[in-house]
Amino acid sequence: MKLHPDFVAGARAAGPILLGVVPFALVSGVAAISVGLTPAEAIGMSFLVFAGASQLAVFQLIGAGSPWIIMVLTAWIINVRFTMYSATLAPHFQKLPLRLKSLFAYMLSDQAFAVTLARFIEPEPVSHAWFYAGTAGTIWVVWQVSAITGALLGTLVPASWGFDFAFPLSFMALLFGALRDRPAVLAALTGGLTAVLARGLPYNTGLVLATLVGIAAGYLAEMLGPQAVTA
Amino acid sequence: MSALAIWALFLAIGLGTVLLRLSFIYLFGKIEMPARLRRALRFVPASVLAALVFPALTHTAGHINLSLHNFRLLAGLGGALIAWRTRNVLLTIAVGMALLWLLQVMWGG
Repeated sequence: MKLHPDFVAGARAAGPILLGVVPFALVSGVAAISVGLTPAEAIGMSFLVFAGASQLAVFQLIGAGSPWIIMVLTAWIINVRFTMYSATLAPHFQKLPLRLKSLFAYMLSDQAFAVTLARFIEPEPVSHAWFYAGTAGTIWVVWQVSAITGALLGTLVPASWGFDFAFPLSFMALLFGALRDRPAVLAALTGGLTAVLARGLPYNTGLVLATLVGIAAGYLAEMLGPQAVTA
Repeated sequence: MSALAIWALFLAIGLGTVLLRLSFIYLFGKIEMPARLRRALRFVPASVLAALVFPALTHTAGHINLSLHNFRLLAGLGGALIAWRTRNVLLTIAVGMALLWLLQVMWGG
């Protein structure tokens, strides 16, 4: 069997970013166990959801004993960003059958989006479907293998180590990557401070509220601020 | 939480997430994402990540604690410095956890 060259090129292009995928997936696996999930549940979630930041946020909420509906809403809000990726990639997948569109949508990750978009905007032609399948498929496989490893290793990590502190730490590295300009910094500061002040709200609704306030602050800053300001 | 509630949770989150991912790939040519919504969505990652991080550092046992006895705040600030300079998830976790354990060992947790 010979693989399509653009599939191989896509898989190769995913290489460097796997350095970030592996530890994040490992942590998600270990973290799932640390809040009391079984390895089967941890692995099941990894396959069903396949979105690390929302998974870690849900673990934090499970640990805090949040209601079911708040966990669902929080995860959805964190994953709303995928609609932006979806809109950006849509023209490249326009001619594919719905089956493939659905499969590609399921495999869509922050990393797959970043890598494929960087390639698609280059002038040299490439099969969008094959390249994306190579990149997103590789990231998906590596994520799942790492998450399963983490879930199995997680049973060996005692709770007294305070491993739950790994959630905010892992979010920090992602957070600084998201602070691309001043409105984004303002959104983060406003959202973060609102979350601190709203921490006492019932059912952990503070997170949802803080996110909405942060988005509003960033949006307003961009609308009202000088056009050329970028940090 | 019961095992059933947990699996229902993952199913609900997973189904919603795949619909968010499929949204405009499916709707392309039928509906365009409004420009205002696109501009607002750009701020989701910064807002939600900060909203997750800040209280995890400022609160211990459900109460705000901005003193030097809040080891998670101190270790978190150290981790933030690493995150800022490197954007490296693994390194940030390693340094932050090491700082937390060090503070707990030296000054009691």
